[in-house]
Amino acid sequence: MLPDINPGLILLVGGLLVPLVRGALRHVWLLGLPALALAVLIDLPHGVSGQVTIMGQTLETLRVDSLSFVFSLIFLIAALLMAVYALHLRDTMQHVAGMVYAGAAVAACLAGDLLTLFIYWELTAVASVFLIWARRTERAYRVGMRYLLIQVASGLLLLAGAAVQAHETGSLSFDHIGLDAPGGWLIFLAFGIKCAFPLLHNWLQDAYPEATVTGTVVLSAFTTKLAVYALARGYAGTEHLIWIGALMTAFPIFYAVIENDLRRVLAYSLNNQLGFMVVGIGIGTELALNGTAAHAFCHILYKALLFMSMGAVLLRVGTVNGSELGGLYKSMPWTTLFCVIGAASISAFPLFSGFVSKSMIISAAAKQAELWWVVAVLLFASAGVFHHSGIKIPYFAFFAHDSGKRCREAPMNMLIAMAIAAALCIGIGVYPAPLYALLPFAVDYAPYTLTHVMTQLQLLMFSALAFTVMMRTGIYPPELRSINLDSDWLYRRAAPALTASVAAFFLQLQAFARRGVNQAWRQLDTQVLSQARPGGRLVTSWRSGTLVWWATAVLGLIVLGGLLR
Amino acid sequence: MNASGPRSTTDEAPGFFDHPGRIKAIVYGVYITSALLFFADLAYHKHAYTPFEGWFGFHAWFGFIACVALVLAAKAMRRMVMRREDYYEPAEPETELDDAA
Repeated sequence: MLPDINPGLILLVGGLLVPLVRGALRHVWLLGLPALALAVLIDLPHGVSGQVTIMGQTLETLRVDSLSFVFSLIFLIAALLMAVYALHLRDTMQHVAGMVYAGAAVAACLAGDLLTLFIYWELTAVASVFLIWARRTERAYRVGMRYLLIQVASGLLLLAGAAVQAHETGSLSFDHIGLDAPGGWLIFLAFGIKCAFPLLHNWLQDAYPEATVTGTVVLSAFTTKLAVYALARGYAGTEHLIWIGALMTAFPIFYAVIENDLRRVLAYSLNNQLGFMVVGIGIGTELALNGTAAHAFCHILYKALLFMSMGAVLLRVGTVNGSELGGLYKSMPWTTLFCVIGAASISAFPLFSGFVSKSMIISAAAKQAELWWVVAVLLFASAGVFHHSGIKIPYFAFFAHDSGKRCREAPMNMLIAMAIAAALCIGIGVYPAPLYALLPFAVDYAPYTLTHVMTQLQLLMFSALAFTVMMRTGIYPPELRSINLDSDWLYRRAAPALTASVAAFFLQLQAFARRGVNQAWRQLDTQVLSQARPGGRLVTSWRSGTLVWWATAVLGLIVLGGLLR
Repeated sequence: MNASGPRSTTDEAPGFFDHPGRIKAIVYGVYITSALLFFADLAYHKHAYTPFEGWFGFHAWFGFIACVALVLAAKAMRRMVMRREDYYEPAEPETELDDAA
């Protein structure tokens, strides 16, 4: 019988103890922690426990229900996969950071109140930044700082919202919030930053591709999906989310087409996939929310798989720039195969995991007549996903023109992690029933209808056709060594430039004022004070006649004044 | 870079996709499959929720147009947003990434 403890804490505490364990025992420790946490989670009774009372507020540190269970479950599966993927690493810092980060994410999922959520919310930020700093370069340091600032800001908004709610309602409980609730907008914004809403998104594309080989894989799983979970609990059925989500599915794919760093391409496509989940939350029907949970589940697996394959390329070749890769299928056949499976899954090919989850969200939108435009946007985004994640990633890395680069296949532990993720992607796609059984609401949905399969195949095949035609005719834009400006330009260039120009304006104003004062002083000096110096008019010896004349004139004026009164 | 790093070889066997005939076969395979899928709409009754999804071959031509539009728009966007790699900060020397044990 397993103890009823918070599985997140197992990773948290166990992760901090990693430096004490060495050698082969460390491998056992790193794999054993997520496995144990997984077993504890599955064994936990549903309900609320772990109550703590602080300053008159009861905190519920452990709430297991169908929604928090499915997210915690996939988080722990991801943590286990990542432990396998990172097993070859000697860098203790990354092992600790990864484990604490995953533990905090699980504990945040299981938090029953906003204060507990806030604590773990911030802990995910603090722990995860070390996965970026572990690159140990100046550039990584600066990226990490930007990332941390934005993440902590999200946490502070959450805390402010929680404070407003506690003040107005006397309760810190984390249930449905809605925008009209006290503090509702603050918390919405906090979740929105972590969920990478449009214009709040760029921390993701800025930071994720700058983390270490394994760090990016770990980062891809937790933060944003924790935000999806929080939105699903707090803001299900909020109409704004349909608009926001639709925008999220569409705009990142334009960037993904022209981006050269293939891990950054994946970061843009991560943003697009979050959009599908956000739309599902916005629609808020049982089918839509099931779709969101299912899509988060599948997405974590195939996204991790894709990042793992690109991580393997980065490890072996030293770059993931599309402009410098090509022909790697000869050197890394297994990595190529796993990447293609991940690509097929994210593109939602029938028999792969994305198909059985994404179609739930699109169907949920299609069932509401007024949301026809959402269906159109989601179909556009689906075609776009296939275009940049499904084709571009494997094509430019492993095929295209032969770059002449030859390297070893990825390390065995990485291949095993990729193989497990790939097997899960196919397994869920072929037999979705076990996943559907985990979803928050009873599932009455059949993904494999003739219409679904045929229309999806049409959409994907004609996207492939478009790619083929554009490649053959040379219309397709080549991969170029470059970067693209995104909203981070606002705080990396525009804001500093604005600050600098405002500062320059005031400096100039100050100089101008100083010149004015100097000049005024000089004038005063030459015209007035100089008269008081030897030779000046004020100190010349006046003749007595003049003096008498002036004295009489003044006296006369005084007498006149007296008479007129 | 160590011995395991990238090196170029000339005496290796040609890869599977080095065959021009195979590329051609794949391209024609895409053309033929697309045509078959397009006309498959004749063969069954579509269950469409939204009206436009029921149009003949909708997902096919929508997917095609969407992708072409996406790529052309992204290409045009490059003129506005593309910058040199050292736009924000100077390029850093390559760090040793092969941190395998």
